[in-house]
Amino acid sequence: MSEKMKEVPGIYLRDAELKAEDAITFKWRPNAKYAWSGGIAYSRYLAELKNGRIIGRACRECGRILVPPRMFCDTCFRATDEWVYVKDTGTINTYSVSYLDADANRIKEPILVAVIDLDGASEGIGILHYVDPKVDPKDLHIGMKLKAVWKPEKERIGSVTDIAYFEPLKEG
Amino acid sequence: MMTIKKRVAVIGAGITLFRRRLKETGKELSYHASKMALDSAEMNLSEIESVVMGTAPDAFDGIHMKSENLLDGAGGTGRPYMRPFVGGGTGVFSPIAGWWHVASGLFDTCLVVAEEKMSPVQPHPQTAFRTIWDPFTTRPLHPNLVWIFALEMNRYMTVHNIPKEHIAEVAVKNKGNALDHPSAQLAAKITVEDVMNSETMVWPVQRLDISPPSDGAAALILASEEVAKKYTDSPVWIDGVGWSLDSSYWTNRDLYFPQYVAEAAKMAYKMAKIDDPPKEVSFAEPYDPFTYKELHHMEGLLLAKKGEAPKLTAEGVTQRDGKLPICPSGGLLGVGNPIAAAGLMKCCEAFWQLRNEAGKRQVDGAETGVCQAWGDLMQVGTVTVFRR
Repeated sequence: MSEKMKEVPGIYLRDAELKAEDAITFKWRPNAKYAWSGGIAYSRYLAELKNGRIIGRACRECGRILVPPRMFCDTCFRATDEWVYVKDTGTINTYSVSYLDADANRIKEPILVAVIDLDGASEGIGILHYVDPKVDPKDLHIGMKLKAVWKPEKERIGSVTDIAYFEPLKEG
Repeated sequence: MMTIKKRVAVIGAGITLFRRRLKETGKELSYHASKMALDSAEMNLSEIESVVMGTAPDAFDGIHMKSENLLDGAGGTGRPYMRPFVGGGTGVFSPIAGWWHVASGLFDTCLVVAEEKMSPVQPHPQTAFRTIWDPFTTRPLHPNLVWIFALEMNRYMTVHNIPKEHIAEVAVKNKGNALDHPSAQLAAKITVEDVMNSETMVWPVQRLDISPPSDGAAALILASEEVAKKYTDSPVWIDGVGWSLDSSYWTNRDLYFPQYVAEAAKMAYKMAKIDDPPKEVSFAEPYDPFTYKELHHMEGLLLAKKGEAPKLTAEGVTQRDGKLPICPSGGLLGVGNPIAAAGLMKCCEAFWQLRNEAGKRQVDGAETGVCQAWGDLMQVGTVTVFRR
């Protein structure tokens, strides 16, 4: 705001004013629904998760093993070359402790989330997933080793949620 | 590679109140900001040859193709009009688009408007963010947008061993600076302890680390050098612009440093012939939707070495009367965060600072200002260099 300007336009409207019975508003709830095809790379990725395995794609030119898999390499801009299984263990790259759900509602029991760099994928190639809710957040640290806990085979549907969460890897 | 036909000046700026909810529609807010900008330049709409409208995701207003809806409020009817869009980076990207309208020689004037109404979406704008995730790899995990910023913040803090108290200083400074901004939504005198004791939203992000959802609008008038000189003796020049996007696969990148911001900054500095940013930049308005983002972006803008921005902040270097004032406006943390309008608010601040019109917010000896915005999936950097 310039000191030459005297007034700032705009009228603050409180939540209660918006929701008052006689308030002039229009309300509408969209009812759009979507169904996405999994495409080439993700269809295989998700089908393999249903089998209890994590698969990536390798680009021979830059040498990267990409998870989630892509049919083309965005760096070399050429088709990737082959499917490669990676391990279901990895290292915490970073983590957070959420007291908010997806709609920003407060929750009492926090959701633990992490970016987990997977063993067998290229350095710095991680995925987002949950950490075992039984873990005390204070025990989490970057560099911690984790292992996937898979849902029972019958409950798997071909989704990233076929892994229930990652738990600390027991030594030995 | 680059042929710039015309040097581009800013000759007017306008802004509305920033609030959690404003009674006006988006069109009305756009009109108020545009009209104030035109009045400040002593111009009529008939003298405007082109219009650029910056506005972030349609999902907030709930109006698909909302730039067309906002057209008349932005003075765009019957004119070459466009909407550039790079998510949260849009606010600083829209004057970049305005710049190329004029620098190319296509137009002598361009009105750049940015509008955001985040309040229509119920119960909270966060619900609209649910649609930004990849449907296969991320959406089934029901993420909240704050999660990913907390992940980035933790990575940044851990790699550089940064005390949270140093990051909290950003909220204290920006909310304090905003006390002098008449548009401000969350101006306050607070302490580091207040930030540290505020509710944990998604650790390490606490309540006072976050900017609010807001409604608001802002506008700038751009003109070619010849035309600018007819209207004002004190134009502010856009001497450098830059932008860059990194991969959407954000779990495949190291989040401790925003490389894309550095690429955008290098592009802008090269154009503006800035070799030593910390010495040559008199103040900066990096994007600060979260406390740590101001620090992260100071480093991305090459105004501080990697990991050193928190220390500079704790030492007071970034205060309005410090050696390198950062967010003298009060930033998003203090003035508010109507996404695209918040980015353009930063460019308005650069204009007022470089014209010596910022009143109580005035930075002494302001010669060169840098504005930056950021967004999408932590992947876009937009940078503009302003000079008096």
